[in-house]
Amino acid sequence: MRILLIVLTFALGSCASAALAQDAKTVEKLAFGESAEKVEAVAALVAAGDEKSAALLQALADGELYTAGKRVLIVRGEDAMDAATGVKVAPLPEDREEITVNNRLRRELGRALAALKLVSPERGARFAAARELAGGAEPAMLPLVKKALAKETDSAIKRLLDQIAAALELKAGDREARLAAVRKLAASHNSNTKTLLLSFLEAEKDEDLRVEAQKSLREIEGRLAWGERAGIVFTSISLGSILLLAALGLAITYGLMGVINMAHGELIMVGAYTTYMVQNLFRGHAPGAFDWYLACAVPASFMVAALVGMALERSVIRWLYGRPLETLLATWGISLALIQGVRTIFGAANVQVENPVWMSGGIEVLANVVLPWSRTIIIFFAAAVLGGIWLLLTKTRLGLFVRGVTQNRAMASCVGVPTARVDTLAFGLGSGIAGLAGCALSQIGNVGPDLGQAYIVDSFMVVVLGGVGQLAGTVYAALGLGFANKLLEAWQGAVLAKIAVLVFIIFFIQRRPQGMFALKGRAVEV
Amino acid sequence: MALACGLAVPAAPALAQATIKVGVLHSLSGTMAISETVLKDVTLMAIEEINAKGGVLGKKLEAVVVDPASNWPLFAEKARQLLTQDKVAVVFGCWTSVSRKSVLPVFEELNGLLFYPVQYEGEELSKNVFYTGAAPNQQAIPAVEYLMSAEGGGAKRWVLLGTDYVYPRTTNKILRAFLKSKGVDEKDIDEKYTPFGHSDYQTIVADIKKFSGGGKTAVVSTINGDSNVPFYKELGNQGLKATDVPVVAFSVGEEELRGVDTKPLVGHLAAWNYFMSQKNPVNDEWKKEWATYAKKTKLANASKPLTNDPMEAAWIGIHMWKQAVEKAKTTDVDNVISAMAGQTFKAPSGITSMMDPKNHHLHKAVFIGEVKSDGQFNVVWKTAGPVKAKPWSPFIAGNDKKKDEPDGKTIITK
Repeated sequence: MRILLIVLTFALGSCASAALAQDAKTVEKLAFGESAEKVEAVAALVAAGDEKSAALLQALADGELYTAGKRVLIVRGEDAMDAATGVKVAPLPEDREEITVNNRLRRELGRALAALKLVSPERGARFAAARELAGGAEPAMLPLVKKALAKETDSAIKRLLDQIAAALELKAGDREARLAAVRKLAASHNSNTKTLLLSFLEAEKDEDLRVEAQKSLREIEGRLAWGERAGIVFTSISLGSILLLAALGLAITYGLMGVINMAHGELIMVGAYTTYMVQNLFRGHAPGAFDWYLACAVPASFMVAALVGMALERSVIRWLYGRPLETLLATWGISLALIQGVRTIFGAANVQVENPVWMSGGIEVLANVVLPWSRTIIIFFAAAVLGGIWLLLTKTRLGLFVRGVTQNRAMASCVGVPTARVDTLAFGLGSGIAGLAGCALSQIGNVGPDLGQAYIVDSFMVVVLGGVGQLAGTVYAALGLGFANKLLEAWQGAVLAKIAVLVFIIFFIQRRPQGMFALKGRAVEV
Repeated sequence: MALACGLAVPAAPALAQATIKVGVLHSLSGTMAISETVLKDVTLMAIEEINAKGGVLGKKLEAVVVDPASNWPLFAEKARQLLTQDKVAVVFGCWTSVSRKSVLPVFEELNGLLFYPVQYEGEELSKNVFYTGAAPNQQAIPAVEYLMSAEGGGAKRWVLLGTDYVYPRTTNKILRAFLKSKGVDEKDIDEKYTPFGHSDYQTIVADIKKFSGGGKTAVVSTINGDSNVPFYKELGNQGLKATDVPVVAFSVGEEELRGVDTKPLVGHLAAWNYFMSQKNPVNDEWKKEWATYAKKTKLANASKPLTNDPMEAAWIGIHMWKQAVEKAKTTDVDNVISAMAGQTFKAPSGITSMMDPKNHHLHKAVFIGEVKSDGQFNVVWKTAGPVKAKPWSPFIAGNDKKKDEPDGKTIITK
C-alpha cells in the first residue's frame, strides 16, 4: 500500500500525461504479473484516476479483461478492444483467456473503484462507494476522502465519509486528531469500527485516549447489541413462517379432515418441482420475463399439487376414511412412490431453482442486521396464504361445507351437502397449499426428491402442538417453535436446540394431548 | 432391495469363467446418492475402457453393482455379499467415513480389497484398504495455511463449521491443534456443528458476522451434502462476501454446486486435489471421455457433464488396481497389495500420482480454487509437487508413535 501512497501523491500533483505513458506497462502488469504486481497496477490506475483507467478496472472486476498471446483485450459479448491502445480487434482471437481475479485482487479492485467513484455525480454511486470504503479504507486514501468530504452535500454520505476519515485519522493522525477521531467514531453503526477500536485499544498507551476509546466502544457495542436482538426476532419469525407454510396444508388434511397424510411432504416437493419446471419454461421461452416467473409458478404449483392430492384422495384415501392406521401406511407408500417417481424423471441430484433478482440480496435495516429479501417475502407470503385460507373457510360456501362435514358428516350429508365431493376438494385445497409451501421453500433451500422428508416431521409437530382442527393453534405453534428454536440455537447451538425442542414437545403432548387449543364441546365423530 | 439383488446376479454363468468380477459399492438411493451415483458411473466407465483395451490378464472385467442405499449397516451386509457370494476380486466404494468404518471389519475378516476414493479425516490404516482420496495434510492443512498467508487474506480468527459426525469433528480437532501450534488463541477459534440436512443457517451466518467483528476471519466448512446449498444462499443473501470473510470448504465440489446459484459465491474457496477447470492434456481427454460416456449411457446430467475430485480418485484407483494385478499376474489379494506399492498413474490433475510404498495412500498435489460465477473453480494456489499423505496426523497426541504402514501385510518376494 506504500506504493499506492506514492502514486497517489504523484497523481495529486496531476501528472496525467506521465500516467498515460505508463499505461501500456501498467496494463501488461495487470494482465501478466503476479498478484503483488497486479495490486501495484491497480494502484497505478487509481492514481491515474481518468475515465479510461476506471473503465479498465471495471472491466477487470466484471471479468471482461482477457489475454490473447501478448495482447490484452477488453471483451464485451462479441466485441473486443485492445486495452492499451483502444483499437478494435476483430475477429475475437480463439486463444483468449480470461484474467483471473483472486480475493486479494478483488478486494483491492473494489476499494480502488470505490475511491474513484467517491466524486461521481450520481448520488447512488457515491453512496455505494462510501459504504464500500467504510468496510476498510487504506490510509493512503485519506486525501481523496477529505477532498470528497469537502465537496459532498448529501448528509448521509457526508456522515459515512466523516466516519471513514475518522477511522483513517485514528491510524495516522497526531494525538489531538486521534482524540477527535475516537469521539467521532462513537456515532458509528458499523461492526468494523468495533474491530478498529479493539485493535486501537491494544496498541494505544495514552490514558485519556484509552478512556475515550472505551467509552466509544461501549456506545457502539450497545448499538450492535440491539441489532443482534432484532436479528434474532427476525430469524425466529422467518423460521416460524416457514414452519407455518409447511404445516398449513396439513392443518387442513390432518387437522380438519383427520387424514394422517404421510405424503404431505411429497406434495410440498411436487410444488417445488413445479416451480422448477415453470422456471425452465420461462428460461427457455421468455428469458426477458424471467424475473417474474414466480408470478406464474405460485398458481401452477398450487394447481399441480392440488390435482395430485385430489387424484390421491379419489384413488386411495377415500377408501380408507376412519381407518387411520391403514391411511398412515398407504400414504407412506404413496410418499415413497412419489419420491422414486421424481427421482426417475428428474434424477437423484438436486435441481437448481434460481432466485429472481428481486428476491436475492437483502435490505440493511441496521448496520449489522440484513434482512434477506427471500425470507422477508416468504413471511408476507405465509401471512397472505393464511389470510386466504381463513377467508375461504369462513366466508365461502365451500368453507362452510368443509366445516360442516368435519363437524358432523352424517348430518351434513342429510341436508344435501355432497360430502364425497367436499372431501375431494378439501383434500385438494390442503395439497395445493402444500404446493405453495414447496414453491416458497424452493427459494431458500434445496429442491431434490427428498425435500419433503425434511419437513414432514416438523409439519406434524406444528399441527399436533397447535391442537388438531385449529387454524389459530397452528399459527401460534409455528411461531412458538420458531422462537424456541432460534433462541436456543443462539444460546446452545443448532444440534442441542433441535433436541431440546423435541424433548419439550414430547413433554407438552404428555401433559396436554389435545395441544394448545382444543376443540370445545362435543367430540366430533370418529 | 429386489433391484439391488437382481443387479448382483451374474449376467450369465458361462461368462463368469472368463471374467474377473469387481464390486461397486456406492449408494444409488438415499441422501448420499447425490454424490455417490457419479462414482458408480465413473467406475463403470473405467471398466468399459479397460475391457475395450483387452481387459486384465486377458480376461474381461465384470462389474457387480450393489446399492447400499445410504444405510450404513447395509454397507457391511452388501460388502459381505460381494466378497462371499459374488467372490469379487476387489471392491470400489463408500463415501462417508461412517460407511467405511462399517465395512472395514468385513474386509479385514474376509481379507478383501477396498479402494476408497474420498477425502477423509485419517486416523485409520488397514492393509485391506487403499485410500485414493486426500488425508488431512493433503487438503485441510494446506487450505488453512493459504488463508493465513497474505495472499489468502491473512486470517486471524477462525470459525470451524461442520456437520455433526466423525469426519468434521476429527478434522476440526486436527485443525484446532494446528492453529494453536501457529499461535492462534483459544478465543479466536469458534467451533460449530449442525445436524445432517440442516437448512436454516440464519443464526450461524449472523454469528459468523458477529465473530468477524473481532478481527480478520475465515470460515473452514466441513458441512457435508446438500446442507451446503442453504448455507451458501444465506451467505449471499446476508451480504457476507468472500472478500470480507472467505469460506473454504472441503466437501464442496463441482457436483455439489450444481444446484446453487453461484453468482453471490464468487471468491469462496475449496481445497481439492483436482478441479474440472484444470488445463492439461490428460484432463481434457478424460473430460471428453466422460462427456461421451454420459451421453451414450444417457446419464441424468448428460447435458452438463461435470467431473470432480472423488471421481478422479476413483478413476486413479481402478487403473492402479489394474496395473498392480498385471504386475502381480494374479488377482490374489495379498499379491495385489504388495504390487500396489509404488504404482504410478498419470492423473487428470496433471501430476503423476504415486501410491506410497508403505502407507496405502496416494501422493497428491493440493490445489485451492475460488468459485467462479459459472460454478467452476479457478485455481489460485497449488503445492509445488505431490505431497505424501500423513494418515496419522502429527497434530493429534500419541500419533507420533504409530507406524506409517498397516499391520499384518504379507511380504511377497519374487
